[in-house]
Amino acid sequence: MVTLNRESMSIMREIDVIPFRNRLKEYAVKIGMSLVNQTKIITAASELARNMLKYANGGKVTIEVVSKGRENGIRMVFKDEGPGIPDIDKAMKDGFSTGKSLGLGLPGTKRLVSEFAITSEVGKGTTVIVTKWKNG
Amino acid sequence: MEKIPILRMGNLLLVTIQVDLYDRLAETLESDLVQMIKKTGARGVLIDISAVSIIDSFMGRIIGNIATMSKILDAETVVVGMQPAVAITLVELGLPLNGVLTALNVEKGMELLKKKIAEEEPEEEEDHGDTE
Ligand SMILES: Nc1ncnc2c1ncn2[C@@H]1O[C@H](COP(=O)(O)OP(=O)(O)O)[C@@H](O)[C@H]1O
Ligand SMILES: [Mg+2]
Repeated sequence: MVTLNRESMSIMREIDVIPFRNRLKEYAVKIGMSLVNQTKIITAASELARNMLKYANGGKVTIEVVSKGRENGIRMVFKDEGPGIPDIDKAMKDGFSTGKSLGLGLPGTKRLVSEFAITSEVGKGTTVIVTKWKNG
Repeated sequence: MEKIPILRMGNLLLVTIQVDLYDRLAETLESDLVQMIKKTGARGVLIDISAVSIIDSFMGRIIGNIATMSKILDAETVVVGMQPAVAITLVELGLPLNGVLTALNVEKGMELLKKKIAEEEPEEEEDHGDTE
């Protein structure tokens, strides 16, 4: 996978999510992603940004335009230094929430993207990396 | 603070969401609508989301909440104009908004609301004699 372009933004308040979503949209349009895939990746991004705000008091997101073979895509790294997730398997289950919400953010995001990876360490923080291929 | 306007038309409330929702705005809309239904005794709520390009689990839940709360207050909710890409995404996210009535556009939504409200009117004409 080759990175063609990289940009970082910090998400510290709810209002930061809007310029982030707009930027993501610009990249998705630029690489010619279909409207359905644009909608999926922006929705996934919205879920992950909210998680950073809600559970980790914010964090940093990096947007990358990547290519693999003939396929272009967008990769995003959400990194926070929050409390971490003690049981990732549990957190990845539909309906699991410690925040009295729907518990669809992590498992739903995984379904919406092409590649999904999460690492977390209690007391250190959480990193979620997702990739959506243009035609994936 | 930014707010989404709620229009009153007879016994219906009309909401057109023209901007992409963010959390605070969606929460404010939820509580404003509940207040409005109580105050006006409205029987139906029509929410036009044709300009909304992203609905995630938070906003999806708010839409579901609005439908549930208005039901408790004796009003029906119809959501109109959901973009196909948004509908596809919601299903994959795991939130198909099953309990919410939807229609293609405002016109169809109005028809559906009026029909629903009429169905619930007490039937005074009938029931004159016991048929059983
Ligand atoms: N960045 C994060 N830092 C700490 N905990 C997190 C983070 N993201 C998710 N979690 C945990 O994983 C759970 C599931 O997250 P999610 O699937 O988005 O559902 P919800 O946000 O509705 O609870 C959360 O309730 C929370 O306990
Ligand atoms: Mg979440």
